[in-house]
Amino acid sequence: MSETALTKQETRTPSTTLERAKQTPVYTPVVDIRENEREVLLQADMPGVDETSVQIDLEGRELTIRGTYRPTAPEGYTAVYQEYARGDYERVFTLGDVIDRDGIQAVMKHGVLHLTLPKAEEAQPKRIAVSAG
Amino acid sequence: MFWNMPTLGYRDVWGEFDRLQREMNRLFEPVARRARVVAEGFPPVNMWANEDEVLLTAEVPGVDPDKLEITVKNDTVILRGERPSEELKEGESYLRQERGAGTFVRTFNLPFHVDGEHVGAEYRMGILQIRLPRREEDKPKKIAVQAG
Repeated sequence: MSETALTKQETRTPSTTLERAKQTPVYTPVVDIRENEREVLLQADMPGVDETSVQIDLEGRELTIRGTYRPTAPEGYTAVYQEYARGDYERVFTLGDVIDRDGIQAVMKHGVLHLTLPKAEEAQPKRIAVSAG
Repeated sequence: MFWNMPTLGYRDVWGEFDRLQREMNRLFEPVARRARVVAEGFPPVNMWANEDEVLLTAEVPGVDPDKLEITVKNDTVILRGERPSEELKEGESYLRQERGAGTFVRTFNLPFHVDGEHVGAEYRMGILQIRLPRREEDKPKKIAVQAG
């Protein structure tokens, strides 16, 4: 069993393992991951993505989050200044054994994906009551 | 190891470096392609323009629209806001913290005076879009030339 409940996997480039039909750049969303006794909480910045264009896949121990780019260039305007580029988002995480895979919840709000990954019942700390004999 | 390659002359060594460099470029190319445009600050912005107005978009994911403040004066636009930091509850710890938090200010100078009365802003999916119309008296006027 891995020491942490959730470890990031960066050893592969998503775009090379997955055949992509369209030529859109793929960005790695930045994330915060917090942990407490009961659950692991993940937040990922994916501006321009809403609940209909985000996809979360769990395959074996691999949790993949994907967000689909939707072109937003307004019609009739010329781009005059650019600091950010738009594209798809993708990032893969490896789940530890402590995560209850059936209890994962996801909420998308203001371009941020909030994932709640509850820990399995048996992984949660327990106190054993001692009764007087 | 170069000293184990007696057949390599001076030129061949540099050719070897070229090959190595090409190999390295090839290796890092996917990373370079994924790297985002380096932003001047937070939030990163894009601008579009036509003859009458400028559209400014900013990526501000996770920012409450109520915490965004847009000030327009003459040709200057100031965008202020705050991205709250998540307070750790008791027993919580960070496994990874990559997202930034705090207050931000960005100031932009436009090539024209903005009609402050008609500035519009909307916030969707973490992206703020501000419509900055050019002031009527600032719009370019075509002067017809009459034959004398």
